[in-house]
Amino acid sequence: MKKGNGIPMEETQKKPLLSCVHTRLGYEDRVVMDDLNISIYPGDYVCVVGENGSGKSTLIKTLLGLIKPLKGEVQAADCLKGGSIGYLPQQTLAQKDFPATVMEVVLSGFLNECRHRPFYTRKEREMAYQNMEKLDVLSLKKSCYRNLSGGQQQRVLLARALCAADRLLILDEPVTGLDPAAAADLYETLDFLNQKEQMAILMVTHDIQNALFRAHKILHIGAETHFYSSPEQYLRSEEGKRFAAVPR
Amino acid sequence: MNEIVQMFSYPFIVRAFVVGILVSLCAALLGVSLVLKRYSMIGDGLSHVSFGALSVAVAMGLAPLKVSIPVVVIAAFFLLRLRENGPMRSDAAIAVMSAASLAIGVTVTAVTTGMTTDVCSYMFGSILVMNQEDVILSILLSCLVLGMFLLCYHKIFAVTFDESFARATGVKVNFYNSLIAVLTAVTIVLGMRMMGAMLISSLIIFPALTSMRLLKSFKSVVICSGILSVVCFSIGLICSYFFNTPAGASVVLVNLLAFLLFWSIQYIQESISRKR
Repeated sequence: MKKGNGIPMEETQKKPLLSCVHTRLGYEDRVVMDDLNISIYPGDYVCVVGENGSGKSTLIKTLLGLIKPLKGEVQAADCLKGGSIGYLPQQTLAQKDFPATVMEVVLSGFLNECRHRPFYTRKEREMAYQNMEKLDVLSLKKSCYRNLSGGQQQRVLLARALCAADRLLILDEPVTGLDPAAAADLYETLDFLNQKEQMAILMVTHDIQNALFRAHKILHIGAETHFYSSPEQYLRSEEGKRFAAVPR
Repeated sequence: MNEIVQMFSYPFIVRAFVVGILVSLCAALLGVSLVLKRYSMIGDGLSHVSFGALSVAVAMGLAPLKVSIPVVVIAAFFLLRLRENGPMRSDAAIAVMSAASLAIGVTVTAVTTGMTTDVCSYMFGSILVMNQEDVILSILLSCLVLGMFLLCYHKIFAVTFDESFARATGVKVNFYNSLIAVLTAVTIVLGMRMMGAMLISSLIIFPALTSMRLLKSFKSVVICSGILSVVCFSIGLICSYFFNTPAGASVVLVNLLAFLLFWSIQYIQESISRKR
């Protein structure tokens, strides 16, 4: 169910989960992106594309509230307040040989809910089991994270992200480093979460073909400009023609 | 058995035991987080800085702990900041800092007092130097470290496993990093005079590395490191008493044996499961 139009009319009644209006992103000494206008609605599937260094990480950090916008603000719906955005960061080198069970990793998604409580509740444990079930990693719950395949590790981290949030997932290059089969599997999992669980997805990716095929909206970040539209419109635009370069 | 009872009739041995056990427990717990975050070299760097600070303090006739604890804490903050966004690669920065502090320490000592046994004992450790102040400080330190691990265990796990995710879910990552750095700094200063500047970082690295050979969960690695570190320290100190070997070096050698033991068990386990 793709929207034929960049800013669909029927969604104006729905309240956006996250929205930026004339927002300027960057650091104290450097503006990375100016006049950004995007709104992410429940059920959206947004792919962020652009060259390395164009500001994709800055965008993610700003949306997560880790850095403040230089101008304007990022408005978050009430259900997202207090760090309850499911975030799937890029994997770090340190995680490759990390001794932790899958259960330990998934449970750490509930950290935002236990402010000063030093333990996890029974309810949180049950929800962790449910999320592992959804992502088909329940049978691995006692396995060691470092012994899993790349695709399994990503699904474990997705289960952790689901524990942190039930409305919006932000993913940072989730398929980088996965083999094609594992990547296809991950895309299917994301489709399932998006369509069946009504999870809004914002994904930074270099896999432009899958982004065009699966996303409802594309945010292209260039050196000077950015472009937020449906995949069809994106393909007709100057940036899209150059960047996507689809062989037809 | 009698000889062990006799050994504990010396007050300096009792003090060395208390301080040593508490310091090695703290070092092992903090070490799990440091090793997993690839900060192992920080322990080494800090111990050299601590040596430099201690030598300068002795040369100027100041109280050694009161000078070196603040200096090493500042150095720890500095190294953490470097890691995050430095102009220099952090491993190079640590190496430069280690060598520089060592050189400062040695030069200052040679010019003022000459190379006395004091300085030698800082390099390679001595159990004779532990006093009442060390005992009290190490009890305080271990209360802090144990308290932190009991109350903030899950936050420490999150910060160690995945800083970006922890930050996004609202954990004060910088606060926990700084807390770990400060506690590590104090642990190193306290343990250094017994273990020696050259050897103290092994207390931080060995137990975590050894436990990681066999154990699969973070919790078991933390617990096992703590126990292993205390056991290795005790065996090492008793050996050093009976065989007249240097205390610090004996403890490190026992740790090395434990590591080799765990490593070979891991090797055997893996080759058995591969055959199946």
